[in-house]
Amino acid sequence: MSIILDHVDYVYGEDTTLAVHALNDVNLVIPDGQFIGLIGHTGSGKSTLVQHLNGLIKPTGGSIYFNGEDIHAEGYDKKKLRSKVGLVFQYPEHQLFEIDVFKDVCFGPKNLGLTQKEAELRAYAALKQVGLEDEYFYQSPFDLSGGQKRRVAIAGVLAMKPDVLVLDEPTAGLDPKGRDEILDQVAKLKEETGITVILVSHSMEDVAKYVDRIIVMNQGSVLYDDVPKEVFKHYRELEDVGLAAPQVTYIMQALHKSGMPVATDATTIEQAAQEILQIFF
Amino acid sequence: MGIIKTDKLVFEYIRRDEEGNVEGITRAVDEVDLDVKQGDFVAILGHNGSGKSTLAKHINAILYPTEGAVWVDGMDTRDEKDLWNIRQEAGMVFQNPDNQIIGQVVEEDVGFGPENMGVPTEEIWERVEESLKAVGMYAYRKFSPNKLSGGQKQRVSIAGVIAMHPKCIILDEPTAMLDPNGRKEVVRAVRALNDVEGITVVLITHYMEEIIHADKVFVMDKGKVAMEGTPREIFSQVKRLKELRLDVPQVTLLAYELQRKGIELPDGILTVEELTQHLLQKYHMK
Repeated sequence: MSIILDHVDYVYGEDTTLAVHALNDVNLVIPDGQFIGLIGHTGSGKSTLVQHLNGLIKPTGGSIYFNGEDIHAEGYDKKKLRSKVGLVFQYPEHQLFEIDVFKDVCFGPKNLGLTQKEAELRAYAALKQVGLEDEYFYQSPFDLSGGQKRRVAIAGVLAMKPDVLVLDEPTAGLDPKGRDEILDQVAKLKEETGITVILVSHSMEDVAKYVDRIIVMNQGSVLYDDVPKEVFKHYRELEDVGLAAPQVTYIMQALHKSGMPVATDATTIEQAAQEILQIFF
Repeated sequence: MGIIKTDKLVFEYIRRDEEGNVEGITRAVDEVDLDVKQGDFVAILGHNGSGKSTLAKHINAILYPTEGAVWVDGMDTRDEKDLWNIRQEAGMVFQNPDNQIIGQVVEEDVGFGPENMGVPTEEIWERVEESLKAVGMYAYRKFSPNKLSGGQKQRVSIAGVIAMHPKCIILDEPTAMLDPNGRKEVVRAVRALNDVEGITVVLITHYMEEIIHADKVFVMDKGKVAMEGTPREIFSQVKRLKELRLDVPQVTLLAYELQRKGIELPDGILTVEELTQHLLQKYHMK
C-alpha cells in the first residue's frame, strides 16, 4: 500500500507560449503510515504535486501508482481513488454548505453510494475523530468558530475513510491554540488509525514538531527529502529558496558559534532545552 | 489626544432570522479604551473571535460604534462629513492579497487610491514611485500583479495604501497566507514605514515573533483588552498568554522552559541574541 510518483512532469499550458513547468521529474515513494511535511515557497509546486496524488491533475509526463496500479491506466476507478486519497484544500471551511454540521459531513459518504445509516455512522465517527463535541452537530456550520469550521471540513474528508489524508495549510489564519489543537488532533488520528498524513505548511515550527519526514519543493523539483533534523541542517540553503528553519535551529547555531558545546540539530523546543540543560547540570 | 483614540467603544453584531426579527446580539467589542500615539508601532493580539478585526474596522470607519466613540486624528468616525478624510488618513491592509489588487499593472494598482482622491496626475506618479520604493517593489512597477509572489503582492497592497499618504496604517493579519520569506518581506516593509516614514502602524497577527519590536501590545479577549504592555511585559506572561489561546516566540518559550528547569534567566527574553548572551554568561561563570 503506497503512492509512487515515477518521473512525474507537469506543464501548465503545454504547447502554448505561456507554458509553465510546474513539476520537473519528481520521484517519490510515500509508504503507509508516514507523517510527511511538504514545504516550499509560494509557487514551488506543492499544490500542483498534491493534486496529482488523487488524480485531479494528470501528469504531462511520468506515472503515478497507487497500491501498485497506474491511476491513469484505462478503466482505473478514479472515484475510489479519490475516496482513498482525501484532499483537504486551503480554507476548506469555504466549502461547507449544508444546513447543519452533521448533514455536511454525511455528504461525502452518501455520494460514495452508502446507505443513509452507514453514512451517518461514518459522519459520527469522523466528527469524533476531529474532536468536535456533540452539542455542535445540529448547529449551522456557519455559526461555528474558525477552528471548529475547519474541523468539520476535515471530518467531511475523513468520513470517506481515506488511507491518505492530504492537508493543504490546515492552520492558516487560526490562532496559536487553534493551530496546536488541529495538529494534535491529526497526530492522534494518525497514531490511532495508521493513516498516512501529508501536511503542506508554511510553518517550519509546526512541521518540525509533528512530521517524521520532510519533502522540500523548489521550482517544481524535490530539493530535499529527509527527516527534519537533516533537512533543517540546510537552513542556509532553505533561506535561499524562500524558506527558513524553526527559530530553535537558529538558537542552537548561535549558542554553538558562541562556544557552548551544544549539538546544533535540535528542531523542537524540547530537544533544544534538553541539549542546553546537559551542559549546565 | 493620540492619532487613534477610542472611548468605551462597544460594537454589537445583531443576528436576524429570515423575517428580520432579532435573534440575538453578540457584543464583539466591549468597552475598549485605546490611545495610540502618532508614530507608534502597535500590535493587537487575540484568539479567533476575540474582537480584534472588529476593533480594527472601526479605525477607518468601516464599522461604527454601537456605543462609545472613535477618533482618528481628532475626527469622530460617526461624523459622516469626515468619512473620506478618515479613510485617507487610516489605510487598511487585509489578509488575502488577491482580494485587494485590482490593477493590471503594479504601478496602476498603486495609483488607484490617489487617483480616486483627485490628486493631480503628475503627483500621482511621484506618489506611486515613492510608495513602491518604500516597500522595495519599485523594480516590479511594470509587472502584472498575478506574476508576483504572495509577499510581493502584499507589499503592493501596502504601497497602494501609503500612496494615499495616510498617517496610520492598519494591517489585519497581512502575513497569514504567506510563506516564511513573504512574511519576512512584509514585516520588514512595515517596520521601515514606521521607522523611516514615521507612519503609525497597527498590526494584527497570530505570529508572535512579528511583533517583538512593537512599542505597545494589546491582547484582546471576549471583546475586551485583556492585557497591554511592551512586548517584553506581555511575553513574560507565558501562562496567561496560553490561557488566552496565544503563544510566545520560540526563543521566549525555550527560555521559559530553561527557567523552569532551574536555569536563572530574566523573564520575557525576545531575541536569539539575548538568550545567547545570558546563557554564555552563565556558562562562563560555571
